[in-house]
Amino acid sequence: MADKYSADTIITETQKRISNAFDVFDHESNKTVDVREIGTIIRSLGCFPSEADLHDIIAELEEEEPTGFVRYEKFLPTMTKILLERKFRPITEDLLLQAFEVLDQQKKGHLEPEELTKYLTQEGEPFTQEEMDEMLSAAVDPDKNVILYKDFFH
Amino acid sequence: MGCGTSIAIENQTRPSETAMKAAILIQRWYRRYVAHLEMRRRYTWNIFQSIEYAGEQDQLQLSSFFSFMLDNVTQMNGNGPDLISHLLDSVVDPLTEEVRQLKYEQIVVSESYSGPRLSFPLSVTDTNALLSAFKEEQTLHGKYVLQLLYETKKFLKQMPNVIYLSTSYAKEITICGDLHGSLDDLLLIFYKNGLPSAENPYIFNGDFVDRGKKSTEIIIILFAFLLLYPDHMHLNRGNHEDHIMNLRYGFTKEVMQKYKTHGREILQLLQDVFSLLPLATVIDNKVLIVHGGISDKTDLDFLSTVERHKVKSALRLPKRSTDHLNVRSCSRSSSRHSRRSRMDSPCSSGRSSRASRRRKKHSTKQGSCSSSSSSSSSSSSVCSPRVSSRNTPRRPPPSPSLPSPTDVLQVPFLDSFVSLEPPEPPREELEWQQVVDILWSDPKNQNGCSLNSFRGGGCYFGPDVTQALLQKHDLCLLIRSHECKQEGYELCHNGQVITIFSASNYYEEGSNRGAYIKLGPELVPRFFQYQVSRSTRKLTLHQRVRVAEGSALRALKEKLYAQRSELMAAFQQYDIDNTGRISTSEWAQVVESVLRLDLPWRTLRPRLARLSADGNVEYGSCFEDISPGEPIPPVTPNLAETLYRYRTDLEIIFNIIDKDHSGQISIEEFRQTWKLFTSHLGVAVNDQTIDDMARSIDFNKDGSIDFNEFLEAFRVVHKLDVKEQQQG
Repeated sequence: MADKYSADTIITETQKRISNAFDVFDHESNKTVDVREIGTIIRSLGCFPSEADLHDIIAELEEEEPTGFVRYEKFLPTMTKILLERKFRPITEDLLLQAFEVLDQQKKGHLEPEELTKYLTQEGEPFTQEEMDEMLSAAVDPDKNVILYKDFFH
Repeated sequence: MGCGTSIAIENQTRPSETAMKAAILIQRWYRRYVAHLEMRRRYTWNIFQSIEYAGEQDQLQLSSFFSFMLDNVTQMNGNGPDLISHLLDSVVDPLTEEVRQLKYEQIVVSESYSGPRLSFPLSVTDTNALLSAFKEEQTLHGKYVLQLLYETKKFLKQMPNVIYLSTSYAKEITICGDLHGSLDDLLLIFYKNGLPSAENPYIFNGDFVDRGKKSTEIIIILFAFLLLYPDHMHLNRGNHEDHIMNLRYGFTKEVMQKYKTHGREILQLLQDVFSLLPLATVIDNKVLIVHGGISDKTDLDFLSTVERHKVKSALRLPKRSTDHLNVRSCSRSSSRHSRRSRMDSPCSSGRSSRASRRRKKHSTKQGSCSSSSSSSSSSSSVCSPRVSSRNTPRRPPPSPSLPSPTDVLQVPFLDSFVSLEPPEPPREELEWQQVVDILWSDPKNQNGCSLNSFRGGGCYFGPDVTQALLQKHDLCLLIRSHECKQEGYELCHNGQVITIFSASNYYEEGSNRGAYIKLGPELVPRFFQYQVSRSTRKLTLHQRVRVAEGSALRALKEKLYAQRSELMAAFQQYDIDNTGRISTSEWAQVVESVLRLDLPWRTLRPRLARLSADGNVEYGSCFEDISPGEPIPPVTPNLAETLYRYRTDLEIIFNIIDKDHSGQISIEEFRQTWKLFTSHLGVAVNDQTIDDMARSIDFNKDGSIDFNEFLEAFRVVHKLDVKEQQQG
């Protein structure tokens, strides 16, 4: 009996979290959000989906005749399931560090901006120019003009 | 898919395959990081907007206080007439025009003054000199300000209420929105888009002043260009081109600080100049440009006939007959006390429920739970007298409803005493309505036209109202400003309404972009965005978000602090065992109901309050970061909280009382004001306490109080900030 209550509580709390996040993007206060914000909402709730994952989710959430908006009634059950099933789990720092090390083929301990740009704009799910620029502006050490990736991690 | 995959570097796997996996991982991680930032940016925005709209309640409060004062004037011990005249006195100008002009010419400017010296009629040399001087942080001498204002007033007198322009004489017209004293934005616009000229015409759509620190410089520049290029420079009036608004939102203070000798006279002239600014501009008979918006009563033909200069301030209404006043005052005093009741009692919402809010907010946000926020409270409101006239022409509002506060304000300079006639409201009132609707309205998404009771004036107008007006006058587009937009502009009503806002970083560094529109003969708007930044090195997204968020959270914490006792009482209702902890749900519920700000409290909780080991919220922790500034006059914590909450209102009242803007008021005046204010609020404070307070503030014992010092004591300090500063 205690389990039942706590399970319910977990679901309710989860749903309230989802509702909060959804509301932040619900500009017209009519329980809809622009479909382009779905990725942001899902990610802000702690998930790390890939672009392909998102694509699938959005396909599920859109109306039969796409309106460009996603309704809360559809979003809630989908998102609840994602959270309760712990899909798209976070990427740990260790993993992320490994990833950078993989790209640092010559084991220099840092990456050149051009190197990183090449990988991230050509491989995997490529960054747009804007995404790349933004990342570089945050990641590149202004004095040495390289990305000291080890410094990102404590 | 979706679980963390390890990247085992196997010798057999081609490097490029692991590299690809690594890349995807980094991309996934980074996109999540950016989304997290975006969420923070977004709720920061929500916080600012919520607080801004909540701040509008303060204006209602203040105006109802004015009427309360008027009602109670006979009860004041012998000081009645003085105080009232302080409030309502509009200095009648004894000088004729010619004498004025001569007087200004005769003002001597000392040799040591190194700023621009204007000569009229103005030339390009003058405007260039002004621009250079202001870039160097110089101040224009009061003499030239007076002369400039005088010439501007003369010029504006000949202008109609609605200006009709054509694009055929120029390539494109540039339209800018609110500037709110941000000189940096104006200079950035000129830099990007060029200075005004015959080939480069401009329209500035109101709200040049208030809030920012360079309002004086902005209007000097705008008026100078207006005089220089009268056919290519156009200014619309905004709701902040209003001397009573300026009292509250900073422009008056700025002028008095910059112009110690001539400040009062400058402000006098400005009253006239502001009320003479045109109300609307129409381009090619197709595009209507007004500052706020429209209502279902807006009519351009009627608007053209209005005597616009009579509407000096939206807060000053045409007079009503006395019987109306008496009726209202009874209902108001009874409602006053009911408003101060417990936080969860639904306040009577006679007026507000009629306004269908498009934003998610409780419509019963009246009186008792509002708090006065300082720096982030930016938006403005006026008191609407129109409740009764709009829906039921002359019936007094049902009591004990929310009072219609400023029906009572009597305006000395409107000499006719208008008695309420059947069934048509008097002409002055109709004219006032037209003007206020233009300056104060906001668009909403649902059809219809409802009272903008949170601003206190103007309407929320729906797409049908827009459609109807555009059709009526054969127009195709409405361009307005008045509301801050994150991207500097926003379209609504199926593209028929554009909001253009030109003050970037309006709430805080990084909060929003500014924008302007360029419109050519084909009447297709092109948008140009920009953002002023303090540092020359561009801030990263993370830095921008962090700064803005910090500011929003500080403002939010101040709101919590201002309602501390109510919050603690409510928290404790859930915490029977006195553990100091309650669930997240309970915490969110309490905060939402006390503060009445519609915000994602669960999402914000980590930034506001601590969790204990068992996952509950330590509710006391949301106040830990704030402590009162020092020194505090000897008052009880409760009183301190009240003072803190209302210090903005107090400041305004003091400013009004302090007619010569010296920053000092007499102890007696202080006592009177304070007594009135606390009885208005229903706060029990005995005379002795007030006397003690007054005496303690009179630091040099000369019988006068420096109220800025007094108010300073009720600022708060954010301890975390102090710590950060100390750590360097």
